[in-house]
Amino acid sequence: MATATGVYNTTYRRDFALRHTKAEYFRLALLAAFVVVLPFSLSEYWLSYVNLILLAAIAAVGLNILTGYTGLVSLATAGFLGVGAYTTANLTTRAHWPMPLSVIAATLLAAGIGALFGLPALRLKGLYLAISTFAAQVILSNRFRGWAYLTQGHGNIAAGYPTIGTHHMKSDFEWYWLLLVVTGLVVFAGVNLFRTGLGRAFIAIRDQDIAAEVMGVRVGAYKVLAFSIACGLAGLSGALQAHYRTIVTWENYEIGTSFTFVAMIIVGGLGSVAGAVYGAAFMTWVPAYITKIGQSLQQGSFSFLIRKLPAVQLTLFGLVLVVFLLFEPRGLARLWQRAKEYFRIWPFRY
Amino acid sequence: MSRAYRHNLNGSTLEAGALQMEIKDITLRFGGVRALDGVSFNVAQGDIHAIIGPNGAGKTSLLNCISGLYRPQVGEIVFHGGDRGDRNLVRTKPGAIARLGIARTFQNIELFRHMTVLENLMLGRHTHMSHHLLASFLYYGPAQRQEIRERELVEEVIDLLEIQAVRNKEVGALAYGFQKRVELGRALCMQPSLLLLDEPMAGMNAEEKEDMARFVLDVNDLAGVTTVLIEHDMGVIMDISDRVSVLDFGRCIADGAPAEVGSDQAVRDAYLGQEANA
Repeated sequence: MATATGVYNTTYRRDFALRHTKAEYFRLALLAAFVVVLPFSLSEYWLSYVNLILLAAIAAVGLNILTGYTGLVSLATAGFLGVGAYTTANLTTRAHWPMPLSVIAATLLAAGIGALFGLPALRLKGLYLAISTFAAQVILSNRFRGWAYLTQGHGNIAAGYPTIGTHHMKSDFEWYWLLLVVTGLVVFAGVNLFRTGLGRAFIAIRDQDIAAEVMGVRVGAYKVLAFSIACGLAGLSGALQAHYRTIVTWENYEIGTSFTFVAMIIVGGLGSVAGAVYGAAFMTWVPAYITKIGQSLQQGSFSFLIRKLPAVQLTLFGLVLVVFLLFEPRGLARLWQRAKEYFRIWPFRY
Repeated sequence: MSRAYRHNLNGSTLEAGALQMEIKDITLRFGGVRALDGVSFNVAQGDIHAIIGPNGAGKTSLLNCISGLYRPQVGEIVFHGGDRGDRNLVRTKPGAIARLGIARTFQNIELFRHMTVLENLMLGRHTHMSHHLLASFLYYGPAQRQEIRERELVEEVIDLLEIQAVRNKEVGALAYGFQKRVELGRALCMQPSLLLLDEPMAGMNAEEKEDMARFVLDVNDLAGVTTVLIEHDMGVIMDISDRVSVLDFGRCIADGAPAEVGSDQAVRDAYLGQEANA
């Protein structure tokens, strides 16, 4: 119950609710309206970026569960995107599985392999663990490049569009709705996880693992579980991406992509499910926008820059990142929180 | 218990006064250093059992042996779990010891700093809850029902320790005295059979010490939870404990009722030093 003096709840069920005030429900409605209107108001070009954001968000939520909440750094996200992608491509193209089934299989396989590569977390922490996940990434990308079986010797493998009856889902408009549902479910699950004891145990492991152990939390098992969730979601993202791009090549699953995902959750806000989505949006959209600006320079008086454009873009993007981390180390999620706070008590300052 | 609390915070099924834990000849070595050297004493159900001794006497090491963080080279610690049978705590993992109902607090406050008071206490319920990944992802249904059920007990602990006002505050931002109280609360939420408190009153002023002593007494009186505590303030020890064991250089030099121990010559020597020409 929201009154002029604060929010009061009379049942625990209400107290556990994610939203308490009318304003919060109104914002939710606004968001719902926004995502419905979005595909109708964007060009195919920009809509494809929205789809890439949704795809990235799935893996970013997973990585934030692992790194932001459980405190285990992983540099192998790209590798597990690849596990998902190659699995579903092989299952649909060679074994002729239906796409939904193969995507689920890809997710589970990635989760399983993730658990395996998460085993070093039983003994390692911090930078040492990061190095061991780096090793996992190296192993995986090496297999994608070198294992001819995966691509039947072609170097790449096709993954078909999903079909509904005889209709092929090709357009970004259709994909948008599919991805919106999947990403929506992932975000919902991620938020829910941290409303329950399991999520609290993850945070406890991050904050104080010895105390967590003494409280009866199965620290080792949960660390492996966190790896499994993160890698499974990366696998899901990778599998969907494979069908979205219709081609799987190893270049997309190199270490650079892993770093992009780490940057995503840092920019978005460590330890925040929403932050992972903001980060995915930021890291996908900002480079695209910088590219767009670069292209528009061709006509203007800055055409001498064109030759150096790729370098300028990267530098600019890096600069944006550094400045952002300097001024808001807790990410976009924190920024949004502060903005809400500011308007809640406006016109007062505190 | 004649009061409004509905949950019994005591997890032990033993009768008051029954033998609950036997520490038998514990020796713990770090390289050449004997942190504990043949320590033996018994803890009875329902007692407030104090462990005292000068700095470096091995008090915290002993607590760490009981909660499974250290593994003594010699000796055994037999824990009588009543219906759940007897168990040697040496070579049992900390998690398994927690599931036996042995809860503890730490000397240097080991709370989950970024969680709220409520979340910290709810984590104390961890061993009493079931955790399924899919139920957690779904939240609505079994997971929500479980959260509500456990919240009721947690709220009783919040009432008992008078931390209602800060229940939604992040623990890292709380004052020291509150943090100590929250840590006690987190241990209590486990419905412990045995409560281990490592210097619950360290660094507090007289008033805070009084409060904390009252909480320790309340927990013991109302719920009958066996409490083993380490403390330096002799006044507090003499006032609240039923039994005192004294450690000095890793040896147990005295064990008995507070009054006996207080007048023991060896204890006086250890604490105050021997007179030059005694």
